[in-house]
Amino acid sequence: MTSVEPSQAARSAPRDDLEDLELELLLEGVFRRYGFDFREYAPASLRRRIWRRVHAEGLSSMSALLDKLLHDPATMERLLLDLSINVTAMFRDPTFYVAFREKVVPVLRTYPFARIWIAGCSTGEEVYSLAILLREEGMYERTRLYATDINESVLERAREGVFPLEKMQEYTNNYIRAGGTRAFSEYYVAAYDGAQFDRALVENVVFAQHNLASDRSFNEFNAIVCRNVMIYFDKTLRDRVHGLFHESLSSFGILALGHKESIRFSRFERHYEELDAAEKLYRKVS
Amino acid sequence: MYELVCIGASWGGLHAIGQVLSDIREEVDQPIVIAQHRHPDSTSSTLPDLLAQQIQRPVADVEDKMPIERRHVYVAPSDYHLLVEKGSLALSVDERVQHARPSIDVLFESAADAYGPGVIGVILTGANQDGAAGLARIKASGGVAVVQDPAGAARRSMPDAAIAATVADAILPLEDIGRFIYGLCVEPAAERTT
Repeated sequence: MTSVEPSQAARSAPRDDLEDLELELLLEGVFRRYGFDFREYAPASLRRRIWRRVHAEGLSSMSALLDKLLHDPATMERLLLDLSINVTAMFRDPTFYVAFREKVVPVLRTYPFARIWIAGCSTGEEVYSLAILLREEGMYERTRLYATDINESVLERAREGVFPLEKMQEYTNNYIRAGGTRAFSEYYVAAYDGAQFDRALVENVVFAQHNLASDRSFNEFNAIVCRNVMIYFDKTLRDRVHGLFHESLSSFGILALGHKESIRFSRFERHYEELDAAEKLYRKVS
Repeated sequence: MYELVCIGASWGGLHAIGQVLSDIREEVDQPIVIAQHRHPDSTSSTLPDLLAQQIQRPVADVEDKMPIERRHVYVAPSDYHLLVEKGSLALSVDERVQHARPSIDVLFESAADAYGPGVIGVILTGANQDGAAGLARIKASGGVAVVQDPAGAARRSMPDAAIAATVADAILPLEDIGRFIYGLCVEPAAERTT
């Protein structure tokens, strides 16, 4: 088809097919040995994260990693961290928090008591950000936040609420642009090499292990925040999680997704109206 | 048959990408995916807007799981990695790779994994090493490696690193790259430049 024929050998080599097979076997092995189901995760990111673990273990193939995983639960714990820590920041996307103050909080005020689910909370940056926002809006005492993640050790870190001191400049900057009304430094004290956040911020937070891929709905919520979590899922799993959220939202409950996620093309699209299109805030209408 | 064109650029890339895309003629109906380093705070979709004014193709600031369509141009959003799956695009907020998010390496490596020999990778101007490993992966998977001639690049580090990392199929001045891609995609015999 073309005059440029770079390395015929590479073209015919089935290396990639072999890697697909190794990946599939690894995911199957992890599921059957440990019960963690990553088989419906988005393959491109998953592949990168698994390769990172292969190299970190001093190995050279996914099959070698599978062998080690099957015989050594400690390796599985490390892989689980690799696959379940979603990198985030306090007040990431400040405009989202501005919109949350202006458009979601007024809705929450109409309830005597509000429940918010932060699904896939990872190490908790978003939980503390929302807690701060709700407190500044005078809503914290009337709210319970449910922060869930698949990974217990990640949740433990979220409970502790210690974030790296060197991040505080970035977070302060985000906080100001997010419409923060106080001094950000009021919310933490420097301890060792970390910033320990005010324990009062998590008084109304329930941290719990929950697997979006396999667990059921566990309450009814006025808002669900799930930002940049489903980008790691394939379409099938994402749609199933959308079903779980739809089932878990109260009438007129609000769903918050990441800036570059959308419920367009999902079969739940027609059940929501846009509360803020750019900030990906949706309101359940049916 | 080539299925996907991937372009990576950094410092000076806004102009360079505009030039290359303007030079890729209408008949090329391969999708074009772009990772350009942008400031994490650039919330507006500057690059897609700029490109949309310069070219006739549909230009999209990528959203997660967007299907890949022919003729379309896809731009990585700032502060996300952009990855290629078979038939669609995916985003991630994983750690920066060599200080970059979007990372050109992440885009190119995922494209090579998904489309193997069907990928044309292009490295343009930039003041770092990003994209070198990704271009090498594209080449190793049987795809085509194209690099802007460092001599004429606004910043030459990125093209230099790419040339050091793999045997490029073509090292071309900026103004010849669009025509070369056209040659690969549409008019194979006539347009061979190297």
